[in-house]
Amino acid sequence: MELNDIENFPGQIEQVAGGTVSVGALDSVVKWARSNSLWPLTFGTSCCAIELMSTASAKYDYSRFGFEVVRASPRQADVIIIAGTIVNKMAPILKRLYDQMTDPKYVIAMGACAISGGPFFYNTYSVVKGADHIIPVDVYIPGCPPRPEALMHALITLQDKIKQGLTREQIKAVNYEYPNTYK
Amino acid sequence: MAYTLTNRKQFVERKPMSWVEKLYLVNILKGMFITFKHLFKRKPTIQYPEKTRTFSPVFRGLHVLNRDEDGRENCTACGLCAVACPAEAITMEAAERVKGEEYLYREEKFAAKYEINMLRCIFCGLCEEACPKDAIYLSETVTPANYNRKTFIYKKDDLLIPHPVHDAENYQKALGQRSHSLKTKVHS
Repeated sequence: MELNDIENFPGQIEQVAGGTVSVGALDSVVKWARSNSLWPLTFGTSCCAIELMSTASAKYDYSRFGFEVVRASPRQADVIIIAGTIVNKMAPILKRLYDQMTDPKYVIAMGACAISGGPFFYNTYSVVKGADHIIPVDVYIPGCPPRPEALMHALITLQDKIKQGLTREQIKAVNYEYPNTYK
Repeated sequence: MAYTLTNRKQFVERKPMSWVEKLYLVNILKGMFITFKHLFKRKPTIQYPEKTRTFSPVFRGLHVLNRDEDGRENCTACGLCAVACPAEAITMEAAERVKGEEYLYREEKFAAKYEINMLRCIFCGLCEEACPKDAIYLSETVTPANYNRKTFIYKKDDLLIPHPVHDAENYQKALGQRSHSLKTKVHS
């Protein structure tokens, strides 16, 4: 489905006088507020968590972007940063944590293990080959482990995604790519 | 007196606090002064998107396929990097250079297709170590994040260094600190 494909929209759309102006303005405020207060869930399963802690500390300080409070409970968290290897035993727990998070919820897969199994890609019986076999992932970060700069770039990428207000299906449909600022 | 293992036990005498002490005013002010003092100290935070920290010279980032000084590609598609790769992230297809392509490729064989799967890559630098032609090296930029999996299959266009003659400025930028290390390598 295209982005503005109103004909094929599953449901009824009723035009209200001035509706697009007021709702659109409110929508952008909601998106702005949402993107600037993303509370991550503490979920560090291996060495990527060390870089995650480094990003949280004073040198990088991701609370400047509103990632201030790392929550220990999935009920209070908005974004789950999968920092580390997901083994088969951890997979149902990750699924449960994701289910317990309240909508809107976002997922960042950090590091080679979380995005593809990485160094354990072949001949490993215990590792899940990428966290997106279990839960849908919004932003991928390559690296083993990624530098704090890479994680910050991913967080900004996620904020941009929330500000655009696209769903995961829409991004897939329009084949959207984040503009590469590094090249 | 109760039995003790050592004779170092001391009894602490704790005097009851006076009325002024119970207000905690002095102690609060002392604590606030420490907080206030930090306003004038050097700020440790690096304002990331505007400023970046200087990376260590041994940092291994995004891969770059190298060219020689005339702008010809170094890679001969021998496949040693793909064999060395512990994550099996590199694939390539070799092709033979035809007449008239000498300005494009340094040797008779070249990589017609060269892909690195950044999802699998662990940035260990073994490909750089394995390469006999100095055709691949790991640069100083981090691999950027993205939304889709397929954007992480880096093709040859994404990996090749800018042309040193036609695009000299970007070439020097892509080389970075490495241009210095290359010079020392030649002299030693």
